[in-house]
Amino acid sequence: MTSTLTHLERLEAESIHIMREVVAEAEKPVMLYSVGKDSAVMLHLARKAFYPSPPPFPLLHVDTTWKFQAMYELRDRMARESGMELLVYQNPEARARGINPFDHGALHTDMWKTEGLKQALDLHGFDAAFGGARRDEEKSRAKERIFSFRTASHGWDPKNQRPEIWNLYNARKTKGESIRVFPISNWTELDIWQYIQLNDVPIVPLYFAAPRPTVERDGMLLMVDDDRFPLKPGEVPVERSIRFRTLGCYPLTGAVESTASTLSEVIQETLLTTTSERQGRAIDKDAGGAGMEVKKQQGYF
Amino acid sequence: MTTKEPIYQVESLIAEDIDAYLAKHQHKTLLRFITCGSVDDGKSTLIGRLLYDSKMIFEDQLAALEADSKRVGTQGQEIDFALLVDGLAAEREQGITIDVAYRFFGTEKRKFIVADTPGHEQYTRNMVTGASTADLAVILIDARKGVLTQTRRHSYLAHLIGIRNIVLAVNKMDLVDYSHARFDEIVADYRAFAQSIGIADFVAMPISGFKGDNITGPSANTPWYTGPALMEHLETVELDQVSDQAKPFRMPVQWVNRPNLDFRGFSGLIAAGTVKPGDAIRVLPSGKTSTVTRIVTLAGDLEQAIAGQSVTLTFADEIDCSRGDVIALADNPPQAADQFEATIVWMADEEMLPGRPYWLKIGTQTVTATVQQPKYQVNVNTMEHLAAKTLELNAIGVANLATDRNIVFEPYEQNHALGGFILIDKISNATVAAGMLHFALRRSQNVHWQATDVGREHHAGIKNQKPAVLWFTGLSGAGKSTIANLVEKKLARMNRHTFLLDGDNVRHGLNKDLGFTDADRIENIRRVGEVAKLMTDAGLIVITAFISPFRSERDMVRSMMAPGEFIEVHIDTPLAEAEARDVKGLYRKARSGQLKNFTGIDSPYEAPESPEIRIDTTALTPDEAADLIVAQLIP
Repeated sequence: MTSTLTHLERLEAESIHIMREVVAEAEKPVMLYSVGKDSAVMLHLARKAFYPSPPPFPLLHVDTTWKFQAMYELRDRMARESGMELLVYQNPEARARGINPFDHGALHTDMWKTEGLKQALDLHGFDAAFGGARRDEEKSRAKERIFSFRTASHGWDPKNQRPEIWNLYNARKTKGESIRVFPISNWTELDIWQYIQLNDVPIVPLYFAAPRPTVERDGMLLMVDDDRFPLKPGEVPVERSIRFRTLGCYPLTGAVESTASTLSEVIQETLLTTTSERQGRAIDKDAGGAGMEVKKQQGYF
Repeated sequence: MTTKEPIYQVESLIAEDIDAYLAKHQHKTLLRFITCGSVDDGKSTLIGRLLYDSKMIFEDQLAALEADSKRVGTQGQEIDFALLVDGLAAEREQGITIDVAYRFFGTEKRKFIVADTPGHEQYTRNMVTGASTADLAVILIDARKGVLTQTRRHSYLAHLIGIRNIVLAVNKMDLVDYSHARFDEIVADYRAFAQSIGIADFVAMPISGFKGDNITGPSANTPWYTGPALMEHLETVELDQVSDQAKPFRMPVQWVNRPNLDFRGFSGLIAAGTVKPGDAIRVLPSGKTSTVTRIVTLAGDLEQAIAGQSVTLTFADEIDCSRGDVIALADNPPQAADQFEATIVWMADEEMLPGRPYWLKIGTQTVTATVQQPKYQVNVNTMEHLAAKTLELNAIGVANLATDRNIVFEPYEQNHALGGFILIDKISNATVAAGMLHFALRRSQNVHWQATDVGREHHAGIKNQKPAVLWFTGLSGAGKSTIANLVEKKLARMNRHTFLLDGDNVRHGLNKDLGFTDADRIENIRRVGEVAKLMTDAGLIVITAFISPFRSERDMVRSMMAPGEFIEVHIDTPLAEAEARDVKGLYRKARSGQLKNFTGIDSPYEAPESPEIRIDTTALTPDEAADLIVAQLIP
C-alpha cells in the first residue's frame, strides 16, 4: 500500500536530513536561536532529528539587549526543556558604547547583530551555524544555498556558491571558513504556522493579540516594552490590541492591530493579509531594493 | 494595469471557518518542478504569473513591482512579472537570471517549489542542480521561434537527470494569434526530437504567461485545446515520492544515535521502499543481518515508515552499522563495487583531470575516486558523441571511474539516492561535478584479493627493518636524484634493504608510454605509488625521486601506504637557483619554448604544506642533507 507524504511531512524530513548531515560532517556546529517562530520550528525539528538524544550542539543567542521581555523568558524556558546548552553573546563594544536603536539607527543592527554574530562565532570557533532563514522571506534568500559558505571574514559571495545537487551536501571547508546552514530554507510562512499548530510548538505570546501599551511613529506601531523607551514630548502610550508578525528588537519591530488571539485566528489573519511579512521590519528598507543582499555580503545572517 | 484578476481567489472558507480550511490544507502534497527556457522565452514571467495567480504576491510587493516595472521593466507600462523573480541586484541590472532560485506557491491541492534556472549557455550546471530535485520539468518554447537548440539542450538535461514528467509549454501564443496550426507544428517537431533522445512521453500545452492563457484554467482564446491547464496538470501529476515506495527498502545511515548504553539507533532518510518493525534487514557492505525492532520518533514509535521520511531505526541484534552503511531489505540488497561506468557533468572552471583523486560523495558514503579519460563527451546541442581527453566546465561525458574501496550503489536509473554522486576537489573543497552511475564494471566484481601466507610483516621481519617510502619532491634540478642516491648509499652501508625509483629511469621503462601533460603526470605518479607500495609489502625502504608537482597525487600515494610509512621529503630549491644550475639544460629549452609543460615554467609546482622533512639546498650540502634524512629515518 502506498501513501503520500504531506508537504509538511516532506519539509520536516528534509530539514531533519540536513541537520543530521551537519552533525555528521562538521566539527563544531551551533544553532543560532533568535526566539522567533522560525527559530522555534527549527529547534523543534532539531529535537526530532536527534531524539532520544538531545540535539548535539548548543543554542547561541546573539543578544542586542533590546529584545522583548517575553522573548527572553521563552528563550530560557526552551533551553531548559530541550536540555541544550544556551550561549548568550552581547557585543562588548556595543554595550560599552551604549548602542541603542533610538539613537544609532542602522549602526544598532550592524554592531549588535552583524558584528556580534561574527564575534560569537569566532570566539567559540564554530564551523557550522544553523540559521532559520527561509527562501520565501526575501529575494536574495531565494538564491542562497542550504549550505552557504562564508570566508574567514564571514563574507558571502553570491556568484561563487557551490552547486547543491540532489540532497548531497558538500560540507568540506578549509580552516577558517565556516558554513551557515539553513535547514528550513524551503518552508514558507504558512508552512511554519501550520507546523506550529500541528506540533504544539511553543512560541512567544507576542504573536497573539492582546492589549499592549503602544505609540505610533513613522507609520509604525511600536510597543513600549520597558522604561528605556524614550517618549517624545507629549507622547503618551496608548493601549491597543496588537500582535507581531515578526519579532526582533522591540523598538524596531512594528506591530499590527489585531484581535487574533489563537493560532487559528493568527493563521487566518496571515492568509487574509495583503502585506508581506518583513514589511514590519526596518532592516530591509535600508540601501534600497538590495538591502538584504548587501547586509549578507557583510556577514549578516 | 491590464492583467486579469487572479483566478485563484482566496477561499471563502478562510474567512468563514479557518479550522475547517486548515484541516483541509494539512493534507496537501508537495511537487517540486523546474522551468527551463531560453533568455527570452518568458520563464520568469511565467513564474511571476503563477505566484500572482495563486495570490502569493502581497500588496506591498505589488506596489514595488508596479514601480519597478515602470522604472526598469521591459513591458512598457504593464506589469513585468519577471521582476518578481529576478533576485540579485547584479542580475536585475543585466536583465537575466544567473543562478538557481527557488520560488514557493500553493493551491488547494498542492504546495509547489519551483526551481528557476537560467537558459544561458554557460550555465548547464545550474540547470542540472535545479533539475536534480524536481519531479517535473516545464520546457518553455517561444511560439514564434519553435524548437531551438536550447530547447533540445534543456530537454536532454531534464531527461539525463531522470525527470519522468515533461511539460512542453508553448508560450507567447498571444503573439501568434493563438494559431492551432503553429502549435501542432511545434509539437510535431518536438515529438520527433524527444523520441530520438528517449523521452517516451510529454504533455504539450499552448499558454501565454503574460496574458494568463491556460495557466489556471481553460482559455477562451484556444478553444481547440482540450488538455489540462498548466496548474491543473501540476496539481495532479504523480510524485516521485509515491513511486519510490514500490521499490525495495534502502536507507543510507547518516548518524548513529547513542544517548546511553541502552539505546543504539540508526538515523537516516529512507531512499526507497517501506519499513516496519519485524522486517528482516541487511547492513551493507558488511552483509550482516538483523530485524527492525522500533521506528523511533519524538512523537512516539511508528508502525511503518516510507520513502521520503527521516527516521531512526533500532535492531534486534548488536551488529556493526555506522555512517556510510546502507540498511536494506534482507533478501533484496543492493550491490557493492569499486569500478563503474558513469555519466559525469563537469561543474568547475578547472577541467577534469583523469587519474586525479577526488572525493566522491554518494548517499552518506564519502570515498576517494579517480576518473579515467572519458569514453566520449556529449554535444548537448546535437547529442553527438565526441572524443574527449577531459571534461571542461558544463561538459557532459561518459567515463569509467574507480573508488578506493567498495561502495554500496544502485544504477541511477533505478535509484537516484544510491546512484547519484558528486565529486569534490580535495584541495579547494569545491563541488566540481555531479555524476550518475550506470553499472559496475565486471572486472571489479571478478578480481579478488588473493590472500598470501607470507605477509608483509614476515618480509620486513626477515630484513630486520621497518619498511618506508622516502618520497622526494621538488623542482627539476633541485637535487632530488643526487641526494636520493647519497641516502641510498648511506642506508646500504647500514645494511638496510633499499630500492631507488628515479623519475628519469622509470620513464625509460614502466612509464615510457606517458608524456608530460597533467593527466600523464598524474598516471606517472600513480604507477610509481603502486610499485612503491608493492616494494614496502616486500619489506623494502623505497626512495623515490620524482618532481611530483601536484599535492593531490602526493596525498594519493600517502593514502596508499600504511600510516607513518610515507615520508615526504621536500627538496626545496628556489626556482631561480634550479634554473641557474640547469644541469640538464632543460630550463633553457623550456624558456625558449622547445619544451612544453615544464614544471615551474609553464606548469605549476605545488609545494608541500607540511612535509615530514624539508631540505633547504641553499643552506645544506648534498651530503649534509642525506645525513639529516637518514637520521630522521633511523634515529
